[in-house]
Amino acid sequence: MSVILVFLLVIAGIAGWWLSHQRLMSKPWLEQGSIGDFIASEQSAMPTAKIGMGVFLAVVGCLFALFTSAYFMRMALADWQPLPIPRLLWFNTAVLVLSSIALQVALVASRKGQLDTVRLGLATGGLTAIAFLVGQLFAWRALVADGYLLAGNPANSFFYLITGLHGLHIVGGLIGLGRTSYRAWTTTRTDTLSLGVELCAMYWHFLLFIWLALFVLLAGWAADFIDICRQLLT
Amino acid sequence: MVDVTPGSVDTIPPAEVPEVELYHPHSWWTTYVFSQDAKVIAIQYSCTAIAIGMVALVLSWLMRLQLGFPGTFDFITPEAYYQFITMHGMIMVIYLLTALFLGGFGNYLIPLMVGARDMVFPYVNMLSYWIYLLAVLVLVASFFAPGGPTGAGWTLYPPQAIMAGTPGGQDLGIVLMLFSLVLFIIGFTMGGLNYVVTVLQGRTRGMTLMRMPLTVWGIFTATVMALLAFPALFVACVMMLFDRLLETSFFMPAIVEMGEQLQHEGGSPILFQHLFWFFGHPEVYIVALPAFGIVSDLISTHARKNIFGYRMMVWAIVGIGALSFIVWAHHMYVSGMHPYFGFFFATTTLIIAIPTAIKVYNWILTLWRGDIHLTNPMLFALAFIVTFVNGGLTGLFLGNVVVDVPLSDTMFVVAHFHMVMGVAPILVIFGAIYHWYPKITGRMLNEGLGQFHFWATFLGAYLIFFPMHYLGLMGVPRRYNELGEMGLIADSAHQLNAFISIMAFIVGFAQLVFLFNLLWSIRHGKDAGGNPWRATTLEWQTPETPPAHGNFGKELPIVYRWAYDYSVPGAKQDFLPQNEPGDYGQAKGH
Repeated sequence: MSVILVFLLVIAGIAGWWLSHQRLMSKPWLEQGSIGDFIASEQSAMPTAKIGMGVFLAVVGCLFALFTSAYFMRMALADWQPLPIPRLLWFNTAVLVLSSIALQVALVASRKGQLDTVRLGLATGGLTAIAFLVGQLFAWRALVADGYLLAGNPANSFFYLITGLHGLHIVGGLIGLGRTSYRAWTTTRTDTLSLGVELCAMYWHFLLFIWLALFVLLAGWAADFIDICRQLLT
Repeated sequence: MVDVTPGSVDTIPPAEVPEVELYHPHSWWTTYVFSQDAKVIAIQYSCTAIAIGMVALVLSWLMRLQLGFPGTFDFITPEAYYQFITMHGMIMVIYLLTALFLGGFGNYLIPLMVGARDMVFPYVNMLSYWIYLLAVLVLVASFFAPGGPTGAGWTLYPPQAIMAGTPGGQDLGIVLMLFSLVLFIIGFTMGGLNYVVTVLQGRTRGMTLMRMPLTVWGIFTATVMALLAFPALFVACVMMLFDRLLETSFFMPAIVEMGEQLQHEGGSPILFQHLFWFFGHPEVYIVALPAFGIVSDLISTHARKNIFGYRMMVWAIVGIGALSFIVWAHHMYVSGMHPYFGFFFATTTLIIAIPTAIKVYNWILTLWRGDIHLTNPMLFALAFIVTFVNGGLTGLFLGNVVVDVPLSDTMFVVAHFHMVMGVAPILVIFGAIYHWYPKITGRMLNEGLGQFHFWATFLGAYLIFFPMHYLGLMGVPRRYNELGEMGLIADSAHQLNAFISIMAFIVGFAQLVFLFNLLWSIRHGKDAGGNPWRATTLEWQTPETPPAHGNFGKELPIVYRWAYDYSVPGAKQDFLPQNEPGDYGQAKGH
């Protein structure tokens, strides 16, 4: 459970940092009649939707941290046989990076008011994300063809489960991206668009980060790294 | 901090309050059924939770029939008994308590108490309820599935949970249970995002975090915890679904069932326990923290006195929330863990007693020399303090490894967690309903019926659960559907069991009086007016009662003070609403 505890420690750090700015030492019973600080110091200037997305990403991160914890605990048992990572995954990773870059381009363009570039970025981002999903399906098929079935070994089970869940999150993101794209094609102004594009970009970057972490985990490098650390400590 | 005189305060334009665009319903359907108004969603959540809770109440009666009078009722087979246990536990903990405190009270109180027009994401909030309802329906469907609901115990421990010997293990029971939990978690996450972000972003002008009522602090912290803890249950459920449906071996070791070697091998049931309790222990405080917050407000309001040690109360809530994530393995002392782990988790468990005790002392010091009104909400709040202390003390027993190991499989544990997690939060829920019902409906609940309901519930619950501690110390095992011929169990244990069962029926029937009161008072209750308890918090200051769509009429309130200005010397009345401008001197009782 160490992975999830480290993750929660990070969350606790962020929460603690935020709380430390909330005047927790104040004595509200002595402050009657005054209206308190100005609004800017009470509420974040960040758009509400962005904070909502941040909280949601923390929950998603928690989910994958828990899967990682379970992965390490199950891995320690005797019957674990790591499966070879299909080389297609490298290509898929590159495609997902491309997807993230495309949305970042769209975000920058939306702030500069370049509607055509926004549309191009959104479309590229969406198509490359779909390409990533198709690539993942091909990777699954390649593994199945090589005889690495879901129930064959816990390493296989985890591989399909974790990549599948990550894929589902991308599918969910595509729905949001679809809505933003629809707005991008029906409007002529970018200032109303940029928040939606920013939320998509945030989600995409986070899922890319999750994917990189999962890739390191599934390829076995994470375990190697921990082994090295353990040896250094002993 | 410079105090502002009333004159200068009035000139501060309310336009600085960020206005939100409200969704306005256009038809009966979008007003009352597919509503995006947090108040309607709160009532939908509450009614659904209470309805499914009644099912769980009936299940507990059926269990008590079997335990009190074993062998008398043919239809309660051992399998059925396990199904009753499982569904009773799961419904009460998750579908009633979690849904009612966060979905019900959270939705109703957060926007009103922080001075918001609605939740920040109303559409997602509406989805949250409908997914919750779907989860409940899937759960109910398992009663009608072939083989009936799962009988794996509310902890659903593998491997037995998905094997043929357990009711529902190889039928649909366990699948529907896991599926329903997954839905619940998805729905809750949608609601939880709303509760958290509304507290972060939706507060009205002047409502600093340290001016929020403790109810909001409790619900807010509990929601943050739930958002981080429920994913663990989600992971456990999904992996168990894979084990059950796709024959993977996440949790399933190599096992022989009815002389036949199963497909699984090498899995770890302990892994499931870790995931389950990583959710399961925070869950205790997900239920307890809103209760703590609500009780603080009830006590302060009905004792006409400011809450003692507000800052400490806030810190204790946050501290308990953080600590509760590092104690989960105290539910696993008997799983064969390394003694050093047991020592670590026993220590963290006992440390939680410190912030909890701070809260209890602060409640008592709030009552000290207060102008105590023994209204129904106050009676329930006082009963909660007593009950929580009782349940908490047995928790200190069980938190120690050497005491827990012999007691772990006895009725003592059942008595402990029913006191601390069953009776205590339910008492708060009752108190809160008596307190806020006038705001929700505009009418008071009947006082006399309420008194009867309180005494029957409070005394009855003690007559049920106090003797159960004694049974546990005698060695009566839990999870057994009947004791049979056990030499170590004295005859008196059987008589006590029969007594407990009769009390359980009486307490259960007393709840019908409460339900009748709820329905009868909607039309026939005394007119409540806007602020019957003369309370300070913003929900009592709305222009209409019940609050209309948008909560606060044309202009959002501006907050000038904390939530506990009761009996301020020099003030015209014995309470100062949070949106009342003006300075009444610093000399206040504290």
